Amino acid sequence: MANYNLKINGKSHTVDVDDDTPLLWVLRDNLGLVGTKFSCGIAQCGACTVHINGNATFSCLTPVSSIGNAEVLTIEGLSEEGDHPVQKAWAEVDVAQCGYCQAGQIMTAVALLKSNPNPNMEEIDNAMNRNICRCGTYHKIREAVALAAKTK
Amino acid sequence: MTTLTKASRRDFLKIAGSSVGGLVIGFSWFSCDSPKMEVLSTEEILSQAKSFNSYLSISPSGDVVIYSPNPELGQNIKTSFPMVVAEELDADWEKVRVLQANLDTEKYDRQLTGGSGAMPHSWERLRKAGATAKFVLVAAAAKAWNVNASEITVEKGIISHKGSGKSGHFGEFVAEAATMTAPEEVTLKDKKDFKIIGTSVKNVDSKEMYTGKPMYGLDFYREGMLHAMIQRAPFGMKIKAVDDSAARGVSGVKDVVTFGTSVAVVGESTWPLLKAKKLLRIDYEPDGAVESTADHDRIFADLMLNGKPDVKRKDGNFDAAFKGAAQVVTAEYQCPFIAHSPMEPENFFAHVKGDKVELIGPTQTPDRARQATAQLLGIPLENITVEITRLGGGFGRRLRADYVEEAVEVSRAMNAPVKVTWSREDELTGGAYRPAVRYRFEAGLDASGNMIAYKLRGVGMNAGNCTRENNFPSGAVANVLIESIEHKSSITTNAWRAPITNFLAYAEQSFLDEVALAAGKDPVQFRLDLLQQAKTSPVGGELGYDVDRMIGVVKAAAEKSNWGKDPNVKQGFSVYYSHRSYVAQVADIAMEGGTPVLKKVTAVTDCGMVVNPIGANHQVRGGIVDGMGHAMYGNLTFENGVPKQKNFDSYRLIRMKEVPEIDTHFLDTGFDPTGLGEPALPPTGGAIANAIFSATGRRLRSQPFIEQKEFSDIKLEIRRA
Repeated sequence: MANYNLKINGKSHTVDVDDDTPLLWVLRDNLGLVGTKFSCGIAQCGACTVHINGNATFSCLTPVSSIGNAEVLTIEGLSEEGDHPVQKAWAEVDVAQCGYCQAGQIMTAVALLKSNPNPNMEEIDNAMNRNICRCGTYHKIREAVALAAKTK
Repeated sequence: MTTLTKASRRDFLKIAGSSVGGLVIGFSWFSCDSPKMEVLSTEEILSQAKSFNSYLSISPSGDVVIYSPNPELGQNIKTSFPMVVAEELDADWEKVRVLQANLDTEKYDRQLTGGSGAMPHSWERLRKAGATAKFVLVAAAAKAWNVNASEITVEKGIISHKGSGKSGHFGEFVAEAATMTAPEEVTLKDKKDFKIIGTSVKNVDSKEMYTGKPMYGLDFYREGMLHAMIQRAPFGMKIKAVDDSAARGVSGVKDVVTFGTSVAVVGESTWPLLKAKKLLRIDYEPDGAVESTADHDRIFADLMLNGKPDVKRKDGNFDAAFKGAAQVVTAEYQCPFIAHSPMEPENFFAHVKGDKVELIGPTQTPDRARQATAQLLGIPLENITVEITRLGGGFGRRLRADYVEEAVEVSRAMNAPVKVTWSREDELTGGAYRPAVRYRFEAGLDASGNMIAYKLRGVGMNAGNCTRENNFPSGAVANVLIESIEHKSSITTNAWRAPITNFLAYAEQSFLDEVALAAGKDPVQFRLDLLQQAKTSPVGGELGYDVDRMIGVVKAAAEKSNWGKDPNVKQGFSVYYSHRSYVAQVADIAMEGGTPVLKKVTAVTDCGMVVNPIGANHQVRGGIVDGMGHAMYGNLTFENGVPKQKNFDSYRLIRMKEVPEIDTHFLDTGFDPTGLGEPALPPTGGAIANAIFSATGRRLRSQPFIEQKEFSDIKLEIRRA
């Protein structure tokens, strides 16, 4: 066990956990930030996607000891009221069915639009291919990313 | 206006005042065939009365709150059901709120999510609840204004009387309305006057979902709660010895608990448990059949030849007709075990306190969770409460209570509140799968290419009746024999979205294409000819489907997909009836530089009236993506009672780049709405397999397609417009 000082959503948090604890479980079990989801645990599905220094990252395989001073952004830190352009696009397009994967989808989309503000459809497909949606909302995810790119 | 037949006052409604001066109406949301309604006291209603599982309340400020008792797992009834109530009430949708009600401990008729049955069961009751509330509000306004109720109009929660110029919102009349008696008859709207039903209303939980609020079972935490993860025995095995010393050595592990064939590691957070579970050293020994996929192959082959079938349907004399046929077609189809893989792994919270239990988590059947717990602990049902969270998918997996029982076991052993969490590996190896099934089809044609004999023999692993004997083409063929054989496997199975038909439809629709080819007929015309036969001179007894409605979707899908019009597009057709709805699909493949490219799936659905188009589209597209993904990739193979595929790296789910354009259409046939959570899935595998055959000449008789030798040199690409 060791103390880690983490910068998450613009705030500083200190947690006392084992070095190998994945960021996912620090967020969920230690900090109560449960918007970041557990699903596969092996970086295959994207439900646990957060940003580390702006890059979409699978938090399920990111040990807390590797984070250092990096800025972590989770779905909870994206906006106060759910009015980030990507969140608004998601609501406008009415993307979700069960909704469980959508926080991860949104975080992937936000990172994409940050690095590529005007992606074409193929670029959207390529970026979003790392996130699985078991309900099959892919058409709507695609539509929402395109809308967010247009309206941001 | 449609007037309902006289309903008993005991039928379902109770009106009462609320403590804050509002109006409360209790009604039974899910009553099935025999509504059990009682007249209750105001106190009973307000204390979450026993007979009613739903409440509609209108506050003095005019806010409408509907308590939804049903588990929400993405089928969107938490949005569509209140739409139905609000429609008859003529409420302002902006002022309607929906809250999740918990399972009370008595007398619930149908509080489950499964079988696409919620909407057909609830449609009339929801309408009556809304219409009754409106009736008493109007009566209260008429009394206050001293005018005739028939002259009053209601729009968006505003009650108006044109003659006197008076108007007011619902809330102004709730106190008076609460003193009234529910009418014996209520008048429902004519469907053409609907203002909310038939419009696209967005998900009521959008904001919570997109901001990461705790909603799902896995998001539930409580001070002092312990976490548990569980190692389960391979199928057919039991525990011989457990060495938990290494697991106990992981910092953060509090205890290791063995019960039945399971070993639980318990601690204060999840990560140490994920590590500790891998360090458990458990010796197992056989406790029944320890099966591998090779064993299943042998069992299937043997039972297909020598099994004693359960005859499900027999029309005419199949054997004689088949022997005398001018031409025969036979084929075998097979599908593997697959898992449900909801994105939220199974989990549940339990707190056993003496002979009382508190349960919180994601379940499609809160009732079953409670019953299983009562049985396990030998306590009365009323000692158990169940709080339902949102479900991160279900697909049938959460109809089981196995993971609820685990939470109860560990909570009892630890004498503490416990949340059991499954890893993805647990979910893929933990059983309750879609059963593996094989089918053998035999068809006989007369000299003119008419199908005069049809036989289906199905062999399933714990699949129960793996046929749907009264479905098409039964009724359309003079000599039919439908047989089912079940093998009791040690691999556990469960309902999986569109049980049985999720595979049977593909096999049957692909086989019918084989028969059409032998008969020299166009696949669509071949089906229409059969349906015409079923319409004009139906064969045998009961038919499960409405012939006209099936003809309707077949014709519409052919039209919407430009069936057979473009020689550069190779198409595959499929139609299926399940869960009271009809869906026909056409898959389009274009050959581009020698590579077949799956471009589009066109779907025509007859689910009666569409309540919420945006939600209906979701269900149809999601069903097609699901059907396609599992037909293409889904496969669990076993080695000594353990699946080889343990996570999404080896168990492949469909992804963004693998879905084609999907073009959805709905037929308005004037029928009341039927379910949509499942019916779009069954036809998809057949439409795609038939299109692949049309484009490449390769017939895919096994799933998953991607692993078949017929598919090995096909480079199917998927491209969207």
